[in-house]
Order: sequence, then C-alpha cells, then structure tokens
Amino acid sequence: MTAPLDRPSRRSGRSLAGAEPEPAPERVLWKGNEAIAEAAIQAGCDAYFGYPITPQAELLEWMARRMPELGRAFVQAESELGAINMALGAAATGKRVLVSSSSPGISLMAEGMSYMAGQQVPMVLVDVMRGGPGLGSIGPSQSDYFQLVKGHGHGDYRIPCLAPASIAEAIALTADAFELAERYRTPVAILADGALGQAMEPVIPRFRNPERSTKDWACDGAAGRAPRVVKSLDLQPENLERHNLELQAKFREIEANEVRWAGESLADAEIVIVAYGTAARVARTAIQRAREGGLRAGLFRPISLWPFPSTALHDLAPRVRAILVVELSAGQMLEDVRLAVEGRCPVGFHGRMGGMVPSPGDVVTELRKLWAITEPSTGGAAAEDDAELGFDATMAEVWR
Amino acid sequence: MTLTVPATRRILYQRPAALAEKSTHYCPGCGHGIIHRLIAELFDELELAERTIAVAPVGCAVFAYDYLEVDWIESPHGRAPAVATGVRRTNPDRFVLAYQGDGDLAAIGTAEIVHAAARGERFTTVFVNNGIYGMTGGQMAPTTLLGQKTTSSPLGRDASRDGFPIPITEMLALLPGVTYAARGTLVDPSSIGKAKAMLKRAMQVQLAGGGFSIVEILSNCPVGWGMTAPESMAHLAQVAKTYPIGVLVDRMKG
Repeated sequence: MTAPLDRPSRRSGRSLAGAEPEPAPERVLWKGNEAIAEAAIQAGCDAYFGYPITPQAELLEWMARRMPELGRAFVQAESELGAINMALGAAATGKRVLVSSSSPGISLMAEGMSYMAGQQVPMVLVDVMRGGPGLGSIGPSQSDYFQLVKGHGHGDYRIPCLAPASIAEAIALTADAFELAERYRTPVAILADGALGQAMEPVIPRFRNPERSTKDWACDGAAGRAPRVVKSLDLQPENLERHNLELQAKFREIEANEVRWAGESLADAEIVIVAYGTAARVARTAIQRAREGGLRAGLFRPISLWPFPSTALHDLAPRVRAILVVELSAGQMLEDVRLAVEGRCPVGFHGRMGGMVPSPGDVVTELRKLWAITEPSTGGAAAEDDAELGFDATMAEVWR
Repeated sequence: MTLTVPATRRILYQRPAALAEKSTHYCPGCGHGIIHRLIAELFDELELAERTIAVAPVGCAVFAYDYLEVDWIESPHGRAPAVATGVRRTNPDRFVLAYQGDGDLAAIGTAEIVHAAARGERFTTVFVNNGIYGMTGGQMAPTTLLGQKTTSSPLGRDASRDGFPIPITEMLALLPGVTYAARGTLVDPSSIGKAKAMLKRAMQVQLAGGGFSIVEILSNCPVGWGMTAPESMAHLAQVAKTYPIGVLVDRMKG
C-alpha cells in the first residue's frame, strides 16, 4: 500500500501558503515524538529548548542529535522555566523556535507562555500529555485541555491549539503551527498525548517549510533603525486596555479563519462521537463496530481545540439524536461541546483518566446506552445547511 | 542671549548618544541612573548600540528599555539569563546584555543565573545589588544585610529566621564557565570610575569570545533604606563589608 495513512484536513478558513511538500520516497516506521521533532526541523526550526520529561523525552533526544548537526541551536535547559524563557529570547529576535514538554513541565511553562502571548512572540510548544494531577503518571491523557486551550498562563489570552490524531497529521500540523504562530504573532500549542508520542506508525513523511514572514518587530539589533522593545508591561490602564483590545481583535480573527475539524461517516449519522487525538482513534474503531451492529454512528473530530469548531458542531447538533463526547479526561472538551451544542441535542460523556484509554467496546456500550435514553432527531431547519457545511459522504471522508 | 563656547574648549561631559533624552522614573538619588549612564557611555565607546540585544528585568529597572537606546526584550521575573541564553544561541554576532537586580537575580532567578553561568553563556550581566526589593515597597531581599530593617523584616534581618545574605557573585565566580566576575560600588566618584572599568572589561570579554561575564554593582535605595540620598551613598561603605569590592575572577587575563 502506498497511500498515506492519514490526511490532515481543513474544513474552513483560508488556505495556508507555502509549497506542497515533495513526498518522501517510502514509508517509514516512526515514533510520534521523533516525527514531530524532525517535522519541526524540516519546517525550518532555528532553535529548540527543552528539559527531559516522560513521555516526550525522545523529542528532546532527537533534537539533541539533529540540531547541532545542522548548526542550529539546542539547549537542554535547567528547568522548563529555563526552556520556555530561552524560547522567548530566541523567538523575540525573530527566530523559529520549538519547545516541548509534558504536563507537569507545561505547568512551569505557563509563565513564559503568558509573557509571549502579551509580547506577541511567535513560538510553537508541544505538550505530550500525561496523566495528572500532580506528578500523575506517564500514561497518555488529555487532561491538559483546560490548561492549554483556555490560555495556559495568567491574563486574558488564547493560543491556537492543534490536536493531531496520527503521526502523519502531527507532522503536517507541526509545520502549520509555525505558520500560524508567525502569521498571528502568537504562541501555538500542539496537544499530543503519551500514546501519540510513544506509538510507532508507518508513515510517509510530508514535510513543509512555511515561508517566513517579515518580522518588523523583532529585536535583532538596531542597526540603521530605531530601537525596538518586545514587552508586555504597560502601567497605564488605558494603554493596557487598548493592547488587550488589540489582542482580542486578533483572537476574533483567528476564530474566524483558523477553525479546523474533520468528520467521518457524518452524512447519515444518527449519533455522533466528538473526540480528538488518541480518543478519536478509539472512537473511530467504535464507530465501525457500531455500524456493523446497525447503529449509524459518525465522528466529529476537532483538530483546532482553540479556535473550537463551535459553529459546525452547533449546526450538526439538531441533525442527530445525540452526541457522545469521548476524552482521556474527566470531561474537559465536554464543556466546549455543550457550549457549542446549546441544548440542541443531548450530550453524553465517556472518559478514562490517569493514563487509561477507553476501549472501543466500552465506547460502543456508551453509544448504545445513549441511544436507548434519547429520542430520534426531528432534523429541523439545520438539514438544509448540510451541503454548505460539507456533511456529505465525500467531504466527510477526509481522515482515514 | 546666546552662549558662545570658545572653540578651544573640549567637551568634558555630555549625554551619551545611547542614553535617551528623558528623565527617568527612578527615585531621587537612586543609583540605577548612574549605572545606566555608565552602560550608555560604553555602548558609545565600544560602538555597540547598533548590535546590542538587551534583556530587561522585573524590578525597578524594568523600564531600562526606556532609557538605553538599543533593542530590548522584557523578561519574566528572574528569567533574564534564560532569555539572554536564547538570544545568544541564535544570534552569534550580536552583543547580548542582561540587566538584573538582586531580587531578580539572587532569589527568584537563582537557577537561571547559575546555569547560564555554568554553561558559560557568552553574554554580560549587569547585576545591581541594592539589598532590597525597591519596586514593591522595600521588602527584604536575599542580599539584605543582617540587622537591616525592611518592610518584611521590620525588626531587622535575623539570620535564625531569615537566613544569611547571599554572596552570589562569589558563588558564580567558582564556575569555570564564568570568564569574568567583579564587584564594584557607587560609593564615590572614583569607585564609579572603577565600576565603569569593570563593566568595560566584562563587555570586552564577551566581544573577545569569552564565556559568561558579570559585574555586580553595589547601589543604593534611599527610599527603601529610609535614608537621604547622601546618607545612602555613604552607607555603601558599610555594605561593602559584607560584599567586598574587587575583581573576583578574570579567566581571560594572560
């Protein structure tokens, strides 16, 4: 088989600039952490800063070997505080920078992320999520959703959060993340989990090196121009409010342009699972089994967790009997699903925590339970939006 | 009325080009203004203004970017050495300067300064030690002298409760990655001249490809110390008993 296992999709928003990648000649068996690291390198990453933590250590190790080989910057920092602030320094000079960590380390990085959001410094952060709270476990988890998707550090801000469900998609989203970061002058997070980071998958790597934006704000030495300051401090409330309003306007622009999601088997679905990342892969198997048993289930998979695909989900809700949210958490994305659905259909939840992953069988059972206690959808006016939204078989077949 | 300056006279003192033409937010008598000026003079003398990337701290000197006419990156509290590391590693041909106070460098940012020094990062740190958290209202710093009264040590710093002052520059000087470490003071004009010479040496070490360089400067905080400006300057002689003046290490010296 030569077809790619996976094709990341964009269901709305403008297309990303940059050349299509040359497909690598053959499939390779690759670990998620290493694939993300190499994808960043191929995307032109100038510097990587990190600190060892499971289950993302291979990402740091890959960078430790490859970056010096290419004459690029690699520093194993004294802590995640050190790593994120090294990233701030390098990125504020206009360089393309990657950092990675896992949940406890991501907590330490919240300080720097808030500064970078306020200072409008583009940078890409990878969180290979593990079980929490506290030291938790090293198993896969999606329990950092609240932390990253709601902004991460202190202050009123959001950061684009991209959630790959396969290694091929992680490779594509890594390049996209750099592009988004520079286009909007913002940190961008990639939310992977321990399973995605550790698993090996056959993949045809499709790398992309996005075009570099003009950085007329970067602190690279004031040669022949007025000095620049990259800062977030402003003690005048009027000025700081103005800065915040500008940030909010940028966030609205991101919400308008950068929503990403993928659907599968949605065209005739009576019941829909909403899941991202590893949970979406479990859901996909569960949906196949449910259909074999006569239950027409479909998958709605958010790829951008912020901006959340609220409108699409809002429009989908009245077409279906019920929605089941499946997460590797106690129900974090669930809140955004409920906000999007606004009561237009019942919303159920199934999640496992602490490094446990729900089995497809469990998910099928939950689907059947939800089916049993809900009424058939009345359809309603939303059905006429189907074509526009792409809830048809062709458009839905985007994630294999 | 016009003032005519005879052509035979030399200009002995003027505002350095790298120093912005504005009054500072610093309290009257504060040493930060003097230290800014010394740095600005050296930026001019060594022709560094157009190739410098500076990192600003959190503390009284947070607004240093308003006064020194170079590119500045604002750092979170204590993280300036990490920010400067990121700048240095990706901009090998630039001059990198970090400016930190004692709360910033010797308390919240201890890990960052120690490891930047241990790695021998090729940047220069100007470490202003006035023994107090000035900006937040005069609380005890890690460098506060024993017995010194602050708003968070109202009875005076007590070693049994508050621990001892940290001679962090001596600690850093032990590390082989530190090419140059020195401590100067603003106690009198002659000392200010010596402090400038230390700063110049530290900058030259960086320009010559050396490792980490740091100059600690004992400075005052008249408001935080509850003294007049002249009293606070004179008090620096007392401070130097805990923090001796001099070059601690110069590993580039032949």
